[in-house]
Amino acid sequence: MAQLIDRRPNAKNKSTVNRQRFIRRYKQQIKKAIADQIGNRSVTDLEKGEKVSIPSKDIKEPTFRHGDGGSKQRVYPGNKEFVPGDQIQRPPPGGAGKGGRRASDDGEGKDDFLFEISKDEYLDLLFDDLELPNLKKNQLKKMTKTRSVRAGYTTDGVPTNISIVRSLRSAMARRIALSAEPKKALAQLELERQKLIDNGLQDSDSFREIEKNIAELEEKIKRIPFIDTFDLRFNNYAKRPDPTSQAVMFCIMDVSGSMDQATKDMAKRFYILLYLFLSRSYKDVDVVFIRHHTQAKEVDEQEFFYSQETGGTIVSSALKLMDKIIKERYPLDQWNIYAAQASDGDNWNDDSPLCKKILTQNLLPAVRYFAYVEITQREHQSLWHQYESLLGQHNNFAIQQITEQSDIYPVFREFFRKQAA
Amino acid sequence: MKKRKPLSTSSDWSFELIQEYYDAIEKTAEKYQLDTYPNQIEVITAEQMLDAYASVGMPIGYNHWSFGKHFISNEQQYRRGRMGLAYEIVINSNPCIAYLMEENTMMMQALVMAHACFGHNSFFKGNYLFKTWTDAEAIIDYLLFAKNYIAECERRYGIDEVESLLDACHALMNYGVDRYKRPYPISMREEKRRQKEREEFLQSQVNDLWRTIPKKLTKTQQQERVSFPSEPQENILYFIEKNAPLLESWQREIVRIVRKIGQYFYPQRQTQVMNEGWACFWHYTLINDLYDQGLVTDGFMIEFLQSHTNVVYQPSFDSPYFSGINPYALGYAMMQDIKRICEAPTEEDKAWFPDIAGSNWQTTLDFAMKNFKDESFIAQFLSPKLIRDFKLFSILDDDKENALAVEAIHNESGYRQIRELLSNQYNLSMNEPNIQVYSVNVRGDRSITLRHTPHNRVPLAETKTEVLKHLHQLWGFPVKLESLNEQGEPYLVEMVPSEEAKQTA
Repeated sequence: MAQLIDRRPNAKNKSTVNRQRFIRRYKQQIKKAIADQIGNRSVTDLEKGEKVSIPSKDIKEPTFRHGDGGSKQRVYPGNKEFVPGDQIQRPPPGGAGKGGRRASDDGEGKDDFLFEISKDEYLDLLFDDLELPNLKKNQLKKMTKTRSVRAGYTTDGVPTNISIVRSLRSAMARRIALSAEPKKALAQLELERQKLIDNGLQDSDSFREIEKNIAELEEKIKRIPFIDTFDLRFNNYAKRPDPTSQAVMFCIMDVSGSMDQATKDMAKRFYILLYLFLSRSYKDVDVVFIRHHTQAKEVDEQEFFYSQETGGTIVSSALKLMDKIIKERYPLDQWNIYAAQASDGDNWNDDSPLCKKILTQNLLPAVRYFAYVEITQREHQSLWHQYESLLGQHNNFAIQQITEQSDIYPVFREFFRKQAA
Repeated sequence: MKKRKPLSTSSDWSFELIQEYYDAIEKTAEKYQLDTYPNQIEVITAEQMLDAYASVGMPIGYNHWSFGKHFISNEQQYRRGRMGLAYEIVINSNPCIAYLMEENTMMMQALVMAHACFGHNSFFKGNYLFKTWTDAEAIIDYLLFAKNYIAECERRYGIDEVESLLDACHALMNYGVDRYKRPYPISMREEKRRQKEREEFLQSQVNDLWRTIPKKLTKTQQQERVSFPSEPQENILYFIEKNAPLLESWQREIVRIVRKIGQYFYPQRQTQVMNEGWACFWHYTLINDLYDQGLVTDGFMIEFLQSHTNVVYQPSFDSPYFSGINPYALGYAMMQDIKRICEAPTEEDKAWFPDIAGSNWQTTLDFAMKNFKDESFIAQFLSPKLIRDFKLFSILDDDKENALAVEAIHNESGYRQIRELLSNQYNLSMNEPNIQVYSVNVRGDRSITLRHTPHNRVPLAETKTEVLKHLHQLWGFPVKLESLNEQGEPYLVEMVPSEEAKQTA
């Protein structure tokens, strides 16, 4: 007789711990693999994990084994034409020929060890050791939103908040308490009454007395109300300040003629990283795309990255628009504002000081962090120099330069590296 | 036999149906006198099957990254459709736990039950290796003890410490086996009780061996100390556990756990062909018997035969699907062949197997199952007919020659040689390099020397350096690896740490 057990409902992910151990051990390699392959992701595409491959030579588990060489004899199946004494050309090591399949199986083993990590694992690794600057300060300061939380029960409140269970429970307690005495007396009287009946004394005075008392007591018990205002209990709610946890991310990009698709791609990757990073700290992240040449315009993601524009460049137009949008839609006490500006550094020369002014006066006081990336291989121009002069005065402002794709992740890490406390 | 109504006609399974099939198979198995442990059948999902895979079927395993690695790589292959899941995993425990995957059809569930719950199960209970080396009653308890102990160590000493220790032990796991001594049965309560005692005792022994305060030695003692160990030790992990100077007692306990688990799986590694062959033989026989009883339909049988032939298929050496000799194919063919020799022996069989030709096949098979391991089973029972059926041939690959040479084929003069070679191929001590603890420099730098005795000049693979590093971690002092040259003289192959190797060179 066998015991048949359905194990399907329980013990899912029994290997999770082992899997995490594996990732923990190869964190460095996996991180490197991730850094190497950031790309081809939509900015807000968070739903997938990532395929990661690490060199399988790093994850070997060594044991003592026979190596190549020496004299070996092996038996194989499926002889067709061989007779003893036949000489067969030695197949090239790892190549085709006899056991060719085996060689190619081994070959697979020599490839990278490819596997998929989940979204959470991916993000953990991607943003390991990074933090949002000024995050704590900000949460302490801005506690304007509140939410109701349950806070026990009160005896007073509005009818909608009546807790039926609690109310009935106390009603019952009251009924039991109030009826205990009369009930005890009643039981006593009934006993005596029964005694009188047994003795055939139904007509005696004492019997009538008892009958009367019993009726009185029953009446008394009946008068105890089922529920009383005194019993009512109300759910109590307290207002608790709720640290705001929404953020808006402004993506500002120069789309003038000088920005080619490759440069935009790099900017896009940077924005993806920023978005992923923000969405780890904030529940809701709004993204506002602002592109500009001589004029700025708020657009959707598709247009932001892929439509081609020409013309000159006036950066301040975008900054002005950003300021306007903040004032209209993102009150500072409710939103954490982050901004990333990407540009190839071109700007109309006279405009750069204006940019500096808008930043200093309007934007930097309002935003948590403003990051400027310049994607260029040329000399820095006026915009960079103007921005550079702001660096010392504002700790929520940073600028970095990206020259090629592989810089993106390091630059990003540079922006958000954990500050030594 | 009177035809009866089949148990089911559709391919869907249900718990009631599984039970009915099980009962039918059990009744049939009784007819063949299969002696089994009680069965515990667990229905699991594919994902859980992958879990079970990663932990070699152990229902409870301690945590280690390498299991995670296997899980991930199996999962990847499975997802890409490169690998079908084995439809059963069964481990040697009492009760015998077998897993059924929920994706399987009713036919498959029946096949798995016949294969695992009766085939493997009776093998575990009957085979001498399993009887001597493993204790089916206690393994689950022991695994639980091991898991808890290692988790406790992780809490106390940190994950990294424990992990690197386990890495080192795993590298030497195959060298943690007593090949000839019978180990004591283990059980959890016993183990817990003894563990404490052992801890203290072991440490005192080690301390004594490594006593630094000079003590006046008598003449005989001095001679004893000249070579330690007095005889080379093949069980390297055991040697480490008992003698490594720097290990703490919890580390010794972990070495012991890895050693014990390695030991537990040792019979498994030695009886792959027999075990699978036996299980395949019985699922084939039992299901066919069900068919004869009219309990299963023709459709069921077609599906069954398709699965069965897939499992026992042997691609030839030049096929793209070839990856060595398929233990299922060889084992199954040999079991059927023994039955054939018993029932309808030819003249050749009578000449080769005078003692079993014409005997009762059930007794003979039972005897074969109980008293052999792969190596001896093949040496004893591989018949010329099978060598012809498989068209076996042997190749000599000598690095001193320019070409490979065909040595023997399936002909009169080749049978014996092929049988011997194939038998050797399943000899674990031939497949694993022969490495033993040769000496320890007790009085000097405390270095440990391993000696590799090559067979037919086959050298060690490159992985040896890494293994030596692991050993060095366990031993705490220099580790030397010697090998013997063709004249039988020892020479130093490698030394860890290697700076010192340079100095001595």
